[in-house]
Amino acid sequence: MNQLRYVYAVCRPFEAALQADLVGVGGAPLKQLAHGGLVAVLSHVPPEDFGYEPFKAHLEDLDWVSETARAHQSVIAALTTVTCPLPLRLGTVFRDDSGVRTMLEDEGEQLRALLARIDGRVEWGVKVYAEPVEPAGAAAAADRPASGRDYLRMRRTRRQDADRLWARAESFAQQLHTDLAARSAASRLHPPQNPALSRAEGQNVLNAAYLVGRSDSEEFVECVERTKDQEPGLRVELTGPWAAYSFSDPDSGTGEEAR
Amino acid sequence: MTTASRLPEPYGRDGGANLADILERVLDKGVVIAGDIRINLLDIELLTIKLRLIVASVDKAKEMGIDWWEDDPALSSGARRREVDRRSSELARENEELQARIAELEGRSGGRLEAGADGGAQEIRQTAQESGQPEGEERSG
Repeated sequence: MNQLRYVYAVCRPFEAALQADLVGVGGAPLKQLAHGGLVAVLSHVPPEDFGYEPFKAHLEDLDWVSETARAHQSVIAALTTVTCPLPLRLGTVFRDDSGVRTMLEDEGEQLRALLARIDGRVEWGVKVYAEPVEPAGAAAAADRPASGRDYLRMRRTRRQDADRLWARAESFAQQLHTDLAARSAASRLHPPQNPALSRAEGQNVLNAAYLVGRSDSEEFVECVERTKDQEPGLRVELTGPWAAYSFSDPDSGTGEEAR
Repeated sequence: MTTASRLPEPYGRDGGANLADILERVLDKGVVIAGDIRINLLDIELLTIKLRLIVASVDKAKEMGIDWWEDDPALSSGARRREVDRRSSELARENEELQARIAELEGRSGGRLEAGADGGAQEIRQTAQESGQPEGEERSG
């Protein structure tokens, strides 16, 4: 059977060579298909894995999905070092090259508009976690309440400490987001990750993505680094640079903070 | 810190990202284009994946820190229910602790207030001590 085409990203034509050892999903070599001033980066994939039925079945296999997602992301990451790729969602598959060309033709206008928005920019992920800390003095002193009144006072103090941490976390996250949004071309707030499942310590109070110019990135990163030990009980995490995943939906061009 | 590509890469090759960060982007972000094989993780399929992951391998998913569906409005009833459960069990524990505390206080004064009911008061005090409220409080803290 004929091999299918798995498309990772659409880019503007780029000169620089990709890493020689870079492969796509299933270890196949990467190819570029140019059409109408756009380049689709793709690799061949077997219909036994990416035909409708087998692909659908694979999507129920978490290991398979993880491996495929990592392969997808490693291609996007490699492209990010030489150009500003527009990442497609996992599993965008065509029957043959002519299907890919038709897509580039039909979607050309939208793709060009999106590429213009992310040109020269990368995405940085910033998360803030609140980590409740045991107030050392209070806990030790009140280990065994002397009276019922002490006991209730101790409870109240602890609750107030927790409330203060949340209030502090919220205003810290808001301030950080405002500062970082001012330093970026656009920003996105994603739903916080759930601590029970993410196994990250603490409660995720900010999960944001920022679209930042490459030349502004060093400053942006420094700005995030400076906040890291600013507040006790609050942890700041930075990921990136990512391709502009969070800024590739057609509607995300409006109603956002822009500089 | 600064590489030849002029991009700071503070956390090495994967940029400090865990698998949840990668899946969040690769499965849930990025341009949606209808390919020839139409399982493009358009909404309905993405929902299926999320549900299947929850049903089939929650432990595995937990292990890998995959969690974004928790905040998906379409799927969050489970998360809300767990939150409600957590809160109500906290309240129940607090209620127990307070009752034990009251019993203890009543027990202390019981001997004086209720002549002849000494044995009962003793029993209440015993129960309060066994329930060990200060330790319960430590656990919650």
